[in-house]
Amino acid sequence: MNKVLFLFLRRMRTPLLVLIGAYTLAGLGLLLIPGVDEHGETWRMDILHVLYFLSYTATTTGFGEVPRDFSEAQRLWVMFSIYLTIIAWLYAIGKILALVQEPAFRQAVRYQGFERHVRRMQEPFYIVCGYGDTGSMLVKALVHRGQRAVVIDLNLDRINDLELTDLSSHVPAMVGDASVSRHLRTAGLRHPLCQGVLAVTDNDDANLKIAITVKLLNPTLPVVCRAHTRATRDNMASFGTDHIVNPFDAFGERLTLALQSPGLYLLREWLTSVPDTPLQRPVEPPRGTWILVGFGRLGGAVKQGMKSLGMGTVVIEELAERADPDGPSLHGRGTEADTLQQAGVANAVGLLAGTDEDTNNLSCLMTARALNPDLFIVARQNHYDNRDIFRAAKPDLIMRPSEMIAEAILAHLSAPLLARFLELSREKDDDWANELLSRITGVTDEVVPEVWLVNVNDKSAPALVRLLQEQSVTLGALLDATHAWRDSFNCVPLMRVREGEALLTPGPETDIQTGDRLLLCGQPRVADRFHHLLRDVQALRYLVTGYNRPDGWVWRAGSGRGRPGTTGNTN
Amino acid sequence: MPLACRICRLIPSRLTPNIGAQTIPRDAPVSLEKVFFGFFILLALTLNFGFVLGEFDNPDHHNTYELLAVIIVNLIATVLKFGDRTQTGALLLASSLVADLQLLAAALVWAYAVHVHAGGMDAMFMASIVSLAAGALLANIVSVVLVIIDTVNLRR
Repeated sequence: MNKVLFLFLRRMRTPLLVLIGAYTLAGLGLLLIPGVDEHGETWRMDILHVLYFLSYTATTTGFGEVPRDFSEAQRLWVMFSIYLTIIAWLYAIGKILALVQEPAFRQAVRYQGFERHVRRMQEPFYIVCGYGDTGSMLVKALVHRGQRAVVIDLNLDRINDLELTDLSSHVPAMVGDASVSRHLRTAGLRHPLCQGVLAVTDNDDANLKIAITVKLLNPTLPVVCRAHTRATRDNMASFGTDHIVNPFDAFGERLTLALQSPGLYLLREWLTSVPDTPLQRPVEPPRGTWILVGFGRLGGAVKQGMKSLGMGTVVIEELAERADPDGPSLHGRGTEADTLQQAGVANAVGLLAGTDEDTNNLSCLMTARALNPDLFIVARQNHYDNRDIFRAAKPDLIMRPSEMIAEAILAHLSAPLLARFLELSREKDDDWANELLSRITGVTDEVVPEVWLVNVNDKSAPALVRLLQEQSVTLGALLDATHAWRDSFNCVPLMRVREGEALLTPGPETDIQTGDRLLLCGQPRVADRFHHLLRDVQALRYLVTGYNRPDGWVWRAGSGRGRPGTTGNTN
Repeated sequence: MPLACRICRLIPSRLTPNIGAQTIPRDAPVSLEKVFFGFFILLALTLNFGFVLGEFDNPDHHNTYELLAVIIVNLIATVLKFGDRTQTGALLLASSLVADLQLLAAALVWAYAVHVHAGGMDAMFMASIVSLAAGALLANIVSVVLVIIDTVNLRR
């Protein structure tokens, strides 16, 4: 039932009783006290006139004495009733105003609005738990891609931030603990259009609880989680969380990839960044001895990768119990010159400023650069607000945990096959990556390309399926068709999957069959038009074959007589 | 069974602010709120009955001030039922609103007959006033029955 209305009614109980009481008392007096007219005869007011008189005096209008002049006794009573009813009115109005401003009431109004918005959701949407740096980036990207989102966050300030953000579609948001199942249900956990839950709060326990709740209440719903420790990650994986993002492990892997093959690293960056942002420049971290400042989760992950490549590391860590057990390790904060010199900064090739304190990381970066200007510096930026100073400090590579999580999740959501592509691409060499990179730059015009998946089936590409029944179509012909339609509609095929078997960078001569899945990348917004073309059988047939066949019933019948055989294929 | 407990049974719980609390400790004291609530609901019924009683269309048998009292008591009873989110609470509120509507219609007919109609109050107007008030009486009976059912259920 309507919670706000009931809250309002319950709070209005006393003021309304006071009003009724005041009117009754004042009216009773007027009914009972006799008046005296000019002939000296007594008269009494009737109910209608009492009500009329009270209505205008209580609301301070004041028309005078109706229906005739009052006696002294009546005037005395009227004076009393004026004060009585005005106080009652002021009390009632004050109560209403106080109620409307009460935080509990406003929260109830807000909650109800949220509930209604979610219930009436007409398009597929994601539930985003936690609206911090990661959450806001995710929501922005989802809305940008034309998808809908629902937000839950503990902090009212963040929800207010969201309401002030300029987004093209309305994002319902509520203040509450997302790990409480009731709140998740309100946010649409069981809504038929809910596409998945993104648990990106900064609390591992909360994310874990969200994942469990989702898997119990709606097992088929995909859930993507952020995890900061390996223990949480394993725990989440144990009950089937669909995708777990650990920013530190992910960064360790990426840095290792960059050391191993800069081309593959860049390819990965380009394909997983937020579409429509500027392309990242190539980086080539040098091989040699690295200094790792801070040996927590990030330092550990990076060290592991470097060890696998046979590179030496020197660790500087403030806490004695976190010192590197196998390898040189120094005790210190890494912000002073003497510790860095002790660690051999003059001979090192790279430095990772990876503590969880942004100020320390910056200070370490500046000191190290002064000591060795050629050093390749990787800096960890923990807070989004510090981006300006980090950009000004110009490290060679910035590691932003929140951004990394958002990118990983988006890549997972937009094209689940992309992860497979990236995995398979690791077996290829740098030349293959560089060639693909140059093809991508050829079509994207200096912005991050969008990656999309085409399922060749009746549901998502009916026109292509119908055309395939008539003739064979090669990948080259299909791409040429889109290119011929509009010049800018150019895209690069990344992978074709047929019956579980993947073919990387298929050439133009590759044939397409019903049931194939194609992973393509190209300029943002081309994907929508591409999907549109795959549904328009007339346009697609014309663009692929150059022949415009009549499609209406009458025309088809007419041309069928002239060209026997063609009508048989269409159903 | 001690007397206090037997009294408890007759007192509705609907005024308690925490909704859905269906159990009351065995030796719970009789709260003034519940007396107040039961008082007004019963008074609305009895006054209403008193007004309807008498020859159906005889204006001498039906007092204006009695109708006024019925309306005021009914309004108070309605306000007392505000904000209860249980099923019974909703029904109670609905029955009260029906009674209010009928009584206000009766009052309007009365005011029209006395102050606007050229012929003044006659048997036809009185008949419609009393029949409207009788409808309100039914709604008030429903209210009281609901309160009794709810109170009896409370101790089972």
